[in-house]
Amino acid sequence: MNRRTFILAGMAVATATGAGAACSGPTGLAYWNLFSGGDGSRMTEMVGAIGTRLDAVTLAWGTPYYTKLAMAAAGGRAPDLAILHLSRLPGFAPLGLLDPFDDDLLVAHGLTPDRFPQAVWNRARHNGRTYAVPLDTHPLVLFYNTELCGKAGLLQDGKLKPIRGERQLLDAFGKAGLALAAARDVNPWRLFWTLYRQQDGQGLLDDAKALTALRLLQKIGATARFTDNNAAVALFGSGQAGFFWNGEWELPTFQEQHTPFDVAPFPQIYDRPAVHADSHSFVLPHQRDRDPERTAQTVAAIAELVGQSLTWARGGHIPAYQPVATSSAYLNLLPQANYRSAAAEAELDPPVWFAGAASDLQSSAGATIGAVLGGTMSPEAALGDLKATVMRLKNTPSPS
Amino acid sequence: MNRSGFWFVVPFLVLYAAFLIVPMVIGLGASVTDEGITGHAGFVGGANYAELFQDPAVWSSLGHTLIFTVVSTPAIVLVGLAMALLANRATPERWLYRLAFFAPYLLPVSVVVLIWSWLYQPGFGLINDLLTRLGLGEVGWLSTDGMAMTSIIITTVWWTAGFSFLLYLAALQEIPRQLYEASALDGATPFQQLRRITLPLLSRTHQLVIVLQVLASLKVFDQIYLLSGQGGIPGVRSIVQYIYESGFTRFRIGYASAISYVFFALIAAVALLHFRLTAGKGAKR
Repeated sequence: MNRRTFILAGMAVATATGAGAACSGPTGLAYWNLFSGGDGSRMTEMVGAIGTRLDAVTLAWGTPYYTKLAMAAAGGRAPDLAILHLSRLPGFAPLGLLDPFDDDLLVAHGLTPDRFPQAVWNRARHNGRTYAVPLDTHPLVLFYNTELCGKAGLLQDGKLKPIRGERQLLDAFGKAGLALAAARDVNPWRLFWTLYRQQDGQGLLDDAKALTALRLLQKIGATARFTDNNAAVALFGSGQAGFFWNGEWELPTFQEQHTPFDVAPFPQIYDRPAVHADSHSFVLPHQRDRDPERTAQTVAAIAELVGQSLTWARGGHIPAYQPVATSSAYLNLLPQANYRSAAAEAELDPPVWFAGAASDLQSSAGATIGAVLGGTMSPEAALGDLKATVMRLKNTPSPS
Repeated sequence: MNRSGFWFVVPFLVLYAAFLIVPMVIGLGASVTDEGITGHAGFVGGANYAELFQDPAVWSSLGHTLIFTVVSTPAIVLVGLAMALLANRATPERWLYRLAFFAPYLLPVSVVVLIWSWLYQPGFGLINDLLTRLGLGEVGWLSTDGMAMTSIIITTVWWTAGFSFLLYLAALQEIPRQLYEASALDGATPFQQLRRITLPLLSRTHQLVIVLQVLASLKVFDQIYLLSGQGGIPGVRSIVQYIYESGFTRFRIGYASAISYVFFALIAAVALLHFRLTAGKGAKR
């Protein structure tokens, strides 16, 4: 054994024993989530503030997280508690990767349907059982720079004048400038779904309504600089664009940068108010030998965590738990409370197994719609592309 | 007959069977079922195979893998050879060349990708910053499919050329000094020595390096997966990555197994071809 292997072997032994020691102590409930950055530290704060002991593990956001969660649940030795985007429920619950909640247990901890927005609670159910308890609703919003929009005459009493219809929207973006994540991002899909559902577009996909949305996105793209999200955030944060169109989760960034900004709900362009949103929710990943006592503790922990969702709201998310969402403390939390109406208008991804956060549909459709925003694909060609994508996904046998 | 040797090989055979032979058999079985990740599996016959030949993603990812292999293999071989020739010269600083050329190969892929993704950053990345300072335009290293593939190949060459460098260096040191001395007395120029002595005597090493490199390049996964970042870049996805995605993010173990087997057949064909070519040469001698 040379010196190098000796040192490596020594390190391996040390790591193994170290990990062994960490496992042998009295354990709390295992809790997996995908929150890093600001959301991560707020979640850590919430976990620290509750009575139940949670051993939180943060995994990389998106596909890697869902891959690991699914594998853990498939093996039947999953963590006690996990975060799931509600839009991913149709890909998880039917496969038996999640265990349903006992409704009596939920009621005993005050987690009743009337305490959550209907739009998200409905999506937490599958086959008549509850599979998720929503923590938040996180919609797209319209960030605007108060100085630039003021100069452009778009404000009224310091607030953005209501924007209705295509022309007013394009006019406003043209005057104050728009920063938008269009390259290699799912944001284009979210914008598309918003505009499609505002026309009450049904299923995947109503040609005429999809085309209307794509044509508007093409015009919007012509007014915006084509960038990825980091660049778009930088443009808006440094006052080089009057508008920024993305999710409310970018809010803390602009607060830290002291950008003069405010937030408005996503404008209603078509017939009905609707906005793409998702919901971080708590789920019970499948365990082969589920211990009723630990499950009861887990539900208690969920009730405690949603009770802490004012902390969560600081990151921009709208609390799903109504006792917090209607509290004066939240209503006074600005600019967060300005767009709270979006929770009722939330449009999650279509309820199919191949949709949802970090899904195939979002990345494939995002790339196509991104090309429309970037001006490299016509709306008509994009419609054909989208339909081909949907056809391909629909023809793929759903996993079992 | 002396059987004692067998017992020395047993530990290896056990591991080999447990982690290679058994999974391969299970994989072949899974490829004719619709197995998902929850264990349920129903026999579907050749449906997975029929589907994969119709699946454009299989062909596009196979195409990316082949492009990667065809471009990166010669680059790695030539760069490794050039570095070895340079480091084999009897100069005082050759220890530095040897260290510098081989060091990247010792880095784990995650570190390599971390370094290069910072170099490739738009706006403030080292390369783009340099280009802007020189008055040239920025390059979107990872923003278009073509550039992303180029960037991945550059990163790979930097990372793995050290391995072929090492093989070439060892081979160069095997070449007897006397050949160079004798040819120098006959008036051969350094270039003639390179063409007539060095390169021909490296022919076995060329073969070895090229075969190892082709096989390694066909299996490319890590650096593409990591450099593409969240969501990936469909335009550079490799076949191994598509197998991984089909199995572990789309939960279709059966389908992923079928693609693996088709890819396995391809690699086996390459290996067999090489075997036939080299065996033919051996017989002539």
